[in-house]
Formats: sequence, structure tokens, C-alpha cells
Amino acid sequence: MMSIRKEMLLLARDTGGIVILFVMPMILLLAVTMVQSGSFDSLLGSHMDVLLVDNDGGDIAKRIQDRFSDDDNLSLVTTLDGKPIDELAAKRLVHEGAYQLAIVLPRELSSDLNVHVKQNVDNILAEFDFSSDSTQKKPIAVAPKEIKLYFDPATQASFKTAVKMSIDKLVSNIESQTIYRMFQEELGEGADRHFQEQQFISFKEVDDADDTIQTIPTAAQHNVPAWALFAIFFIVVPLSINIVKEKSQGTMVRIRTSPTSYAHFLFGKTVSYVLISLIQFYLMLLVGVYVFPYMGLHPFQVGHYFFLLSLIALFSGLAAVGLGILIGTVASTQEQSAPLGATLTVVLAAVGGVWVPVFLMPTMMQKLAVLSPMNWALSAFYDVLLRQGGIMSIVPAILLLFSFFILTLFIAVTYDKKKKTI
Amino acid sequence: MSEIVIHISELSKKYRGADSFALERLSLDIFRGEVFGLLGPNGAGKTTLISILCGLISPSYGSFTIQGFSYGTSAAQLKASIGIVPQDFALYPSLTAKENLLYFGAMYGLKGRALSTEVDQALESLGLAAHSGKRVQTFSGGMKRRVNLLAAVLHKPAVLFLDEPTVGVDVHSKKAILDYLQRLNESGTTIVYTSHHLMEAQEFCTRVGIIESGQLWRIGTPDSLISSVPGAKSLEDVFIDLTGKGFRDV
Repeated sequence: MMSIRKEMLLLARDTGGIVILFVMPMILLLAVTMVQSGSFDSLLGSHMDVLLVDNDGGDIAKRIQDRFSDDDNLSLVTTLDGKPIDELAAKRLVHEGAYQLAIVLPRELSSDLNVHVKQNVDNILAEFDFSSDSTQKKPIAVAPKEIKLYFDPATQASFKTAVKMSIDKLVSNIESQTIYRMFQEELGEGADRHFQEQQFISFKEVDDADDTIQTIPTAAQHNVPAWALFAIFFIVVPLSINIVKEKSQGTMVRIRTSPTSYAHFLFGKTVSYVLISLIQFYLMLLVGVYVFPYMGLHPFQVGHYFFLLSLIALFSGLAAVGLGILIGTVASTQEQSAPLGATLTVVLAAVGGVWVPVFLMPTMMQKLAVLSPMNWALSAFYDVLLRQGGIMSIVPAILLLFSFFILTLFIAVTYDKKKKTI
Repeated sequence: MSEIVIHISELSKKYRGADSFALERLSLDIFRGEVFGLLGPNGAGKTTLISILCGLISPSYGSFTIQGFSYGTSAAQLKASIGIVPQDFALYPSLTAKENLLYFGAMYGLKGRALSTEVDQALESLGLAAHSGKRVQTFSGGMKRRVNLLAAVLHKPAVLFLDEPTVGVDVHSKKAILDYLQRLNESGTTIVYTSHHLMEAQEFCTRVGIIESGQLWRIGTPDSLISSVPGAKSLEDVFIDLTGKGFRDV
């Protein structure tokens, strides 16, 4: 108890340490989430102006405009300073980053499409002899048309893909509707023979999640557990420095010569720093739940998983403490322990998927990811937050984290004993 | 002064990679109630001997007991019977004097009101009561030395090891420390003391041993050692005669 009290007093009087342990992670969480959220929203949420260069002046441009007018997040810009935009200006504006996308419709797109479709329809009907004069006309050569898309060079590949797929689908719809309309006209029965132009097959994304909690894979849902883990593991730095200080300032000599066992000393450190890691975690949760909405971010949703999340945080804290004790034991100076601890934490975070999801990593890195305790913990958080897993789903992860704690502690104690026999 | 408190037999220590022994077949008995001065030039083996006796490093060969206890069979009892005052200020600078002493007292099994009372009395005895609530980092060198000493004696050890307990302190603190040690010794605490202040050792110690190259070269009361060297008037003369005048840079 006295050991825990001592550790808490030492920490409470170390302003720099408090900032590193509690304030910096929260600032990091807010900054990273805001940055990622902006990037995320550029794909899915935020409003964007798109340039439309209408060299066609026909029906297709109007239908594209109609389609875009249905989308609250996209607005078509067809004129600048009251004048229609030409392709050169659009290209320049997009290249400069003023707009992320420009769509350039070629000349005579609508009329040529109509001609192209009409000729095909006439040919088909002629084979069935529905129209006697169609086969007598000489076919007009119609060159295939290209709709050009100009993207801001800084645009994400995923955004480009999404836009290209969307426009491709729109063009396909226009083509098929044109074909239907042409058949109607050629058959000459107008409104009496009505083709259903609505899409017949559609898809619906089905979420197997628990209906009681709405789980949206937002930046917040990823960043709060990920950066909380980063903060938890960053205690490796102050903890290892703390142990090195004990050695350098001589207090370790008193501890080692007292009847209190070394295990008791380590227990005091473990309990204190695990408590600190839990406080860090809850502060991050509070920021996610209560501060994010004020910053215009999606709030972090804890749902009814508070206990499971706490359990993962607890075992992550133990793993971090084990690593901190090991580095503190092995290092002789603060100059060794601080950079080693910081670098190791950053590497484990990077490999573990804190910054980039593991599934986006190269195969080699995906294999390495499973070696990072942060990856074990992060997977457990995802199991709970996104897959609504119960306690059994996180048991493997917390067992791994606990084993990591025991292993690092064992190595530290063994190293320490060996050092005694120098 | 017949009861052996520390019994050392053929103790040797060779550090890994070293060419020679830091301590070589050193045998020594220290009796209850002694103030034993362990003197020697830098690198002679004093710190190695103290470190082994305090359980900080293991010997290569040989054995020893303190109060009849050994680390192999009764480490906890042995540790409970010794106190150590390192040369460094082995204290937490950001904790107050009282917080430091409460923590170190608790490490020796003291607790509750008894610990608090013990700490208050200890601070009072070395003139630190008025500063008990101040952080150690604000203390002068002499005040830190006094707290450093108190942290080792709260549990009333049978044997107290002191490594240069008065180095770098003002005259008043030095006198306070030596007086306090004298009182401890009179109450039955055996003191093992290393110092480069030979005059201080001559006045303070009941017996001294001079170590050189890991071996015990001379042992006896200060007076007997002085009289054993022709023309010597002090322990310093004996020391120079035995160890030579050359520098001992380690």
C-alpha cells in the first residue's frame, strides 16, 4: 500500500509526467480523429462542389444534373462568373486543388447516343420485321464517346474509385433508359406500351449487429480504442525512467537491502501503473463520448460494453507495465530507457494497426502484426465494439496480454538476478 | 565485545571479465558493539565487500553470516537486521522528508501509528522536525545526509553499514551525524563504516581494517595500528605507509 502511495505521490508531483501520461494522449486523440474524420467525410459525408463542363448541351447533361441534385453532399458547378466552364479552366482549377473533381461531357453526346441506340434498335426490329423501312437506311458512323473525369492529384484512390463507379452506373442507366425509350418510339404505341425503367435488382447492406446499438465504423470508433492503447503503452516510457531513476538515485539500494521482496516492489509499480493506464483509458473514453460531439466529430459509442472494454484496458495495462519493467530493468540510464521505450511503443503501435488497419498492410506486415500486444488488444476492442462479441470473444486476447506481462516480468526478474552475480 | 556479529570466511569476488579479484579470500570477524572502520584507497575492495554483505551482489567464493543469518537460508531475517547508508542520497527528491521516511520504514515492516511516531522522533533527533513537510529536493547537502541516515535506522538494525556518511557536509551536520551514530552505537548497534576521512575514523572507530587489492592488510584499534608503524602519529601515516603515495585512480 505504501509503495502504491509513493508511486502516486511521485507522479502527482511530476507535472511533465502528468502531461505526458494524461494530456498528450487526449490531444493526440482529438487531433488524429479530427484529421481522419475530415478525410473520411470527404468520401462519405461532407459537401463537395463538382465542376461540370457541358459540351453536349443535351439531355444527358440534364439527367446528370438531376442525379446530382438528389445528392445532398454534391453540387454541380456549371458556370463560373456567369460564364460556362470550359475544359481547360476546369482542368486548371482541379489541378490547383480548388475542386476535387471535374466531369467533362463530350460534344454531341446525347444526340450521338440517340443515333447509336436508334440504329441498334432498328436493326433488331428489322430482323423481326416490325418496321419495313428501317433496313433500307444507310447506317451513320457514330464514334464512341468518352466522359472525362479530372481529379485533384491529392484525391484518395478510394474516392476516385467510388466516383468512377457512381458515374459508370449513371451512364449505364442513361444508356439502358435510352434503349427502352427508343423501343417504345419504334414500336409506335407511346404510353400504352410502358416499359419499367426502374432498376429491378438492387442490393441492401445487412448489418448483423445487435440492433440495440448502432455501430458505425467512424473515425471515433477506431481512434478511441486505438489511441487509448497507444497512451496505455506509452507508460512504458515513464515507468522505465522511474525504475532507472530508482537505480541511479540509490533508492533501489535501500529497497533491495530491505526485507521487502523485489516482487513486492514490482507489485507496487504494477498496481500503480495499471491504475494510471485505466485512468488514461477512461479519460480517452470521456473525450470520445463527451468532447468529440463539441468538435463536430461522431461521438464514441460505448454501448453496454463498458465492463468488457475496461477488462481489455486492464490487461493491456498489465502488458504495458511488464514491458516498462523489463526496459527499466535492462536499461542503465534514462538516455537508454526513454528512446528505447518510445521507439518500441511507436513500432508496436504501427505494426499493431493503431495507425493503419492491419488488413490494409502488406502480407508480411500482417504476419508481423500478430506479434504486437497492441494488435491483440485492438482486435479485442473491435470484437466488442464492432462485432458485439461477449466475454468469450476477448478471452484469447486477454490471455495473450497476460502471458506477455508474465513473460516480460520473468525476463526482467531473471536478468536482474543474473546481474547480481556479475 | 566478544559476540561475533559479522563472520566473514574466505570471501572472494571476481567480476565477470576482470583480470584480478576485487576481493580475495578475505576473512574477518566483527563483534557486537564495535564501530569498525573499513579503510582503503579507491578500488581497494571496500564497496565490493559492503555490497556483498548487504546482498546487492553475490560473492564468487566464500561465505559470511550476519547475526548468524546468511542470504542462502534466512535472507529476510538478515536484511531485517541490517541498515545501509549509501554514499549517494538514496531518497526521493520530490517527496518530503517525512514521506521518504514513512516509505522506507514501511519497507522494513513498520506501519501505522508506530511508524509515524518513529519517524517523528527520528526527525526530531537530528533537528529536522521543522522541515519534515518539505521536499527533500529543497534541502541542503547536510540535511539530505541526515535524512539519508535516518532512513537506514528507523527499524533499529543490529548492524549499520555506512558508506562515507559525512562526505560533503558542513561542520554542524557532520557533528550531528557523528553524535547520533555514537548514541546508536552506545545503544548496541554495531557500525561498519567506510571513509576517506582518516582523522574522523581515528576518532570514531573502535577498530579499523585497512584493505588493499581486495585483501585485508591490517586490522586493529587505531592506537595499535599507529604504534605498529615507526614514526606514525595518525592513521593517515599508517595508511600512507601501507598503501604508498601514488594516485589511485580507478
